[in-house]
Amino acid sequence: MAWNPKIEKMPIKELKDMQFKLLKMQVYRLYSFNRFYHDRMRQQGVHPDDIQTLDDVRKLPFMLKQDLRDNYPTGMFTASGDEVVRYHVSSGTTGKPTLVGYTERDLEMWTESLARALTSCGIGRGDVMQVSYGYGLFTGGLGLHYGAERVGATVLPTSTGNTERQIELMMDLGVTAIACTPSYMVYLGEVAERMGVSLKDDTELKVGIMGAEPWSEGTRTHFRDVLGVEAYDIYGTSELSGPLFTECEAQDGIHVWGDMALVEIIDPDTGEACADGEKSELVVTMLQKEALPMMRYRIGDITCLMEDECSCGRTHPRIGRISGRVDDMLIIRGINVFPSQVEHTLMQLPQCTGHFQIIVDRVGALDSMKVKVELTPEVFSDRINDLMAIRKSISNELKKYLNIAADVEFMEPGSLPRYQGKARRVEDRREM
Amino acid sequence: MSERYIIEQISMFCKNEPGRLASMARVLEENGINMLALSIAEANDFGVVRALVDKSDRAKEVLTDMGFMVKVTEVIGVNMRDEPGGLTCIATTLADADINIDYAYAYSGKGAAVLILRVSDTMVAVKAILDAGHELLSRDQLG
Repeated sequence: MAWNPKIEKMPIKELKDMQFKLLKMQVYRLYSFNRFYHDRMRQQGVHPDDIQTLDDVRKLPFMLKQDLRDNYPTGMFTASGDEVVRYHVSSGTTGKPTLVGYTERDLEMWTESLARALTSCGIGRGDVMQVSYGYGLFTGGLGLHYGAERVGATVLPTSTGNTERQIELMMDLGVTAIACTPSYMVYLGEVAERMGVSLKDDTELKVGIMGAEPWSEGTRTHFRDVLGVEAYDIYGTSELSGPLFTECEAQDGIHVWGDMALVEIIDPDTGEACADGEKSELVVTMLQKEALPMMRYRIGDITCLMEDECSCGRTHPRIGRISGRVDDMLIIRGINVFPSQVEHTLMQLPQCTGHFQIIVDRVGALDSMKVKVELTPEVFSDRINDLMAIRKSISNELKKYLNIAADVEFMEPGSLPRYQGKARRVEDRREM
Repeated sequence: MSERYIIEQISMFCKNEPGRLASMARVLEENGINMLALSIAEANDFGVVRALVDKSDRAKEVLTDMGFMVKVTEVIGVNMRDEPGGLTCIATTLADADINIDYAYAYSGKGAAVLILRVSDTMVAVKAILDAGHELLSRDQLG
């Protein structure tokens, strides 16, 4: 079943024509009415008239998260203040947060996108959907909330936390679907078990919409076999609206609605287009967004593009599971952490040499982060208390910059690996 | 001069993993350095090895060359009566002089018991202990 079959199953050629028209209009609008976009296109030497085919999107300049930070709060908004009906804010890991805004139509499109997506996962009228993503500044909670309401499901807006109560409500209200992070799903399973509840046998829960963190096919099988939950991958980021796209019941890639977003896969070094099916950097252009229409936005995720028609009959292109990051970004307990931030923090501390290694692990359902550092020989003390105080101060500094607690482990000077080329300073032991 | 009673202890950072102490010991052995006393303080994943050796400068040099993090620390060694109460009067003497003990370890043998002390103020401690009539280990007794 499709929510909007006319659009979702439109012939590929017609879809591409539609994308081209939308792109052309969007580029014209941005060039004419927004200083930031106008200047960017001028710098790049591209004029709206240069957009003659869909592939001409490649002539347009890229945009980075840094652009949003540099233009904080609303320098990149292309709708006037009174047209913006909502803000969301993504936690800034370095310095300024990122602000995103929506017009009424942007919210409508976001909801439409998720209505199509949830329908493609078999969620609709008669379902009770528990939204266990955070409500508030984070886009996950409210995004899924309105999408689920749109398809006629009964929404239980539990947000995050108070897990035992979530499980009680799940049983009392016959929850059939849940939207949460895969690690929260693991945690729910553990808490339920402690409560003597089997999610598989004692609840109606059947479908999970899982995102905001990378996860694997192994996790899908685990959720299916152990928790009785069929998990679907969801993708999106606040700069594009929030969570937007999911897998369909075929579970063969995430459908990116072509009338909303134009997807490219590029070589991160050259910026050139990659061959079909190649795994590389994802670039997204939002074709209809009004308040914050990201153009050729480099999110930093690595995936591949599938443009053939899906077995579900939908013609919109699909992206594969996100297989990594261009920039080594880690997602730890839902917080984005860059090794470069760790490096930056350590470099400013005289107590350590600047060489480091990050170990990410999962204890139960919780991510843990450990940073191994080499103590500067000059600060070494024969007193354990002195060393503990140094450790505490390094740990506090990391917490201050990363917004996440990290254990610090002292290493002997020279014992951490030195790298000639690209450093491999992260060991991710989590298995999802 | 009371400075002769200030003894140099080597302190060394050591990862808490099998083989680290052995490699330290081997380096000292190969360089003919004798250890008179040793203590290890541990904290989760690492330890601090503290030792009195007959050639502390040489020990620091060879251990540093091996990549160890080494520091030479000033401590004092008090000769205790090897009988009940031996520690009491020394600890009391330091307490009366308002000196805090950061850490201590002791060895007993060869007819004497020696308490090695890292204190908040070494010179004051030396004076207080000598004034109280106790005997301190002198630097030349190590080498």
